[in-house]
Amino acid sequence: MALPPPDPQFVLRGTSAAVHTLHFSCGGQERDVPILFSGSENGFIHVWNLKTHRVDAALDGHGRKSVYCVETMGGKDRLLSQGRDQRICLWDLAEGRTSVTDSVFTENVGFCRCSLLKVAQGRWLMAMAAKALEEVQVLELPSKTSVCTLKPEVGAKLGMPMCLKLWQLNCGSQPLLLAGYEDGSVILWSLSMGKALSQLVCHQEPVMSLDFDSEKAKGISGSSEKVLSIWSLNEQQNLQVYKTHSLVNAGISDIAIRPDKKILATAGWDHRIRIFGWKKLKPLAVLDYHTATVHCVSFSDHKNPSERLLAAGSKDHRISIWSIYTQT
Amino acid sequence: VCFIPGGLDCSISFVSHVLGKVCVHGRQEEILSVLLPRLMDLTKSDCIWQRICWRLVECVPDRWMEAVLLGFVQRAPGADVLSRLLGNLVVKNKKAQFVVTQKVLLLQYSHTTAVLQNLLGYLSLDSLRRALLIKVLLELLETWGSSSAVKHSPPEQQQYISKAILICLSHLKEHEIESCREELLTSMMEGVKCHLDSSLPQIRCLGMIVAESISSKINTDGPVLKFQYEEDDEARELKSLLVQTPPFCVVPSLPDDDRNEKADAALPSVLESNKKSCTAAPVMPDDESDAELDSDDDLIPYDMSEDKELKVKAPVYIRDCIEVLAGSEDVDKWETTVKALESLVRKNPAATREVSVELAKILLHLEEKTCIEGFGELRQRAQVAVLTTDPIPVAKYLTSQFYSLNYSLRQRIDILDVLVLAAQELSYPKSHGKTKHSGAQKPCIQLLPGSDSSKDWRRIVDERIKSKTRRFAMGRSQVEVAAVPNEFSSVAGHFFFPLIQHFDRPLTTFDLLGEDHLVLGRLVHSLAILMYLAVNTVAVTAMGKALLEFVWALRFHTDSYVRQGLLSCISSVLLSVPKERLLEDMTEELLETQSWLGDVVEKDPDGDCRRLALQNLLLMENLKKKLKAVPS
Repeated sequence: MALPPPDPQFVLRGTSAAVHTLHFSCGGQERDVPILFSGSENGFIHVWNLKTHRVDAALDGHGRKSVYCVETMGGKDRLLSQGRDQRICLWDLAEGRTSVTDSVFTENVGFCRCSLLKVAQGRWLMAMAAKALEEVQVLELPSKTSVCTLKPEVGAKLGMPMCLKLWQLNCGSQPLLLAGYEDGSVILWSLSMGKALSQLVCHQEPVMSLDFDSEKAKGISGSSEKVLSIWSLNEQQNLQVYKTHSLVNAGISDIAIRPDKKILATAGWDHRIRIFGWKKLKPLAVLDYHTATVHCVSFSDHKNPSERLLAAGSKDHRISIWSIYTQT
Repeated sequence: VCFIPGGLDCSISFVSHVLGKVCVHGRQEEILSVLLPRLMDLTKSDCIWQRICWRLVECVPDRWMEAVLLGFVQRAPGADVLSRLLGNLVVKNKKAQFVVTQKVLLLQYSHTTAVLQNLLGYLSLDSLRRALLIKVLLELLETWGSSSAVKHSPPEQQQYISKAILICLSHLKEHEIESCREELLTSMMEGVKCHLDSSLPQIRCLGMIVAESISSKINTDGPVLKFQYEEDDEARELKSLLVQTPPFCVVPSLPDDDRNEKADAALPSVLESNKKSCTAAPVMPDDESDAELDSDDDLIPYDMSEDKELKVKAPVYIRDCIEVLAGSEDVDKWETTVKALESLVRKNPAATREVSVELAKILLHLEEKTCIEGFGELRQRAQVAVLTTDPIPVAKYLTSQFYSLNYSLRQRIDILDVLVLAAQELSYPKSHGKTKHSGAQKPCIQLLPGSDSSKDWRRIVDERIKSKTRRFAMGRSQVEVAAVPNEFSSVAGHFFFPLIQHFDRPLTTFDLLGEDHLVLGRLVHSLAILMYLAVNTVAVTAMGKALLEFVWALRFHTDSYVRQGLLSCISSVLLSVPKERLLEDMTEELLETQSWLGDVVEKDPDGDCRRLALQNLLLMENLKKKLKAVPS
């Protein structure tokens, strides 16, 4: 007899706008307060204290334009945020400060979330959609120098890049980029060579979100249709479809694989969060709390497995926090 | 006929005379069936015999030239054979030229496609004759493009001309098309306008196909005109004429049966090249899942039975529906409301009656907000439901709106369709459950106004007439359903009379008697159906009288669709109004109508009109017989 799905552990209210992006920062020292960053449609980034469940600070750096990506750069003191004002801002939040130290003007009016990858101590690579329609630009941070620009071949008709993921097999190996495009295909780019290694058509509709497990060389992508597509990377660096999974309702806005690679969560347009086992994509739970489309899901990076959380941000202004499958 | 070859100058004019005389007396069949095969064989390889043959035909006197020439053209198996036999006759002989370029193509239209192929292929085979080909094409296009020709010539002739145009186009070469490109373009533009203006779907289709073909010939690299029309057999046949490749050359040694390039030269279908570099071939999941089963078993799934498709709830009250449709921004709710409206209206007649006119107003102006499948049909069904629930006020509203300013043609035609469908529903006995009558064939009106509606009326009237004429001998058939009061009876007048009232009063945006003859045609057909459905109602006599007067006023309308409608009106009157009333109240109108019908049968260019008029005359005859048979 299967148990009914759990209720959220707690619900964060107070953003007063649709929540577009979430990022946990709970992996710090023992005494550090676990933090959740959320970006909303009204341009604010809220810093949530997960002990008190209240907002510690509200950052206003995007001129009231929607913030659709937040990431931390090595700890909760350095934050990167991306907004619809065509800017990517770097924040310094140490010791209670809330100032923007630097910003990058992307000239891109799309919705593609940037992707960060730490390549060395103090050096990051950031991939973002560039000004020209189908291009992706990779910058090195904090120096903001351009590493390469990835242009698809002429006449490829891929459309905008919709989602990006930078990854490297292990520290020191070549960084690679997975990009999902508007025409439903996913391309694996090599940054060092600046060209595409492999292209796979996963969906008939735009790829809304993707995530990748570099250990198993397997990735998953979701689109506006009813199908989740799981693909793998073989030794020749070629992408192949591994399997597909059909959903009850169409539309996925976000996918996240938990850091321990056991489960993954999808945020759906049908207001539901679905949990699957990552090994064989076995459906595990359907979490039905929100009353509007769920825009983002994120897993926490707690060092203690039993404290791990899953957060989901929705258009109904709420962030639900769940504690699920924490025993494994 | 044996001649001595060898350079002797023989005179064969006597033979020509004989040939001509025989042909003109109608004996083409006999003489040419013997002569032609012989000539074909002889001229195949022998140049002298070719010349003899040419002389033969050239010497036929002018007054018999047409008969001989037609005989040759009809019986030659191919354009190249014709070319061998006739040579450059058309260039040398004025009468032959007139017959070939004018008479056969523009004045007659009874010849088959094969004859056209022969003739035009013959013109294309020699450089001297090609100038004539272009001249012919331009003249054909002039006729095709003239609006009076489109309006008044029979559809069969228009089809003939269209076929000739397409065959000419198929024979023309690049440089020739370049030289007359301007004229082609202008004629095409004018012609397509007249054709699309017509109310008959066949003419529209012909216009579209020819225009497409011309456009594809003159714009080989740019964007090409493309219409949307039904691809039936006729359309396909016409299009196949365009891709015919002409036979290779005039070398006599070629076999006679090389005309089979026609249908085989179909354009290769352009396959969409697969632009994606990698086709997604799913790799079967590994079968080593046993070893990994353990770790997955740790994760116990929760109960997911609640995970169903997301549905938006439809409103349950009529007033809620009105709110949603009138102003709501929520598109999901709007969609579900539109889908649920008809059943709600039918289930809550009392509630609907309170808000019927408002609902009718909203539905009339409802536009498609999101892409729902079958939106037009859903809206129409909802309107019919509202109209049948509360007929009188809603009919008043709809008929008044029909003649108001600022409605589109689509909306006016919608009003007509809704009125007719509702009338149909009201006049059927409800005890059958569904509104389909299981008895005699009832009119099957299409829900969406397709171009076939006129055919359906004809079919109904045909069958009704057939059944009536037979029943005279058999007596009345059994009553199949229990008698139920006819709901249409009390409201028939409200549907009918307002529609007929203002037809001659033009408004700034809507002129029934002028440009909007399409709507007039639909109006006339709708009135015919309403009349037909009004059988056994109280108002039927008054309706009949009014309708006959209406028909009388419009009887000389130039649009054949309207005339067909008028004739259906007369059929409906004759069928619905009881014969005693017909005789007593409408004698004069009937007599006038009868004389008009006789006129139509003889002189109307449209075949359907003539047929309908004939049926009406038959009905009148039967009426007379019935009256004589029944003792007064």
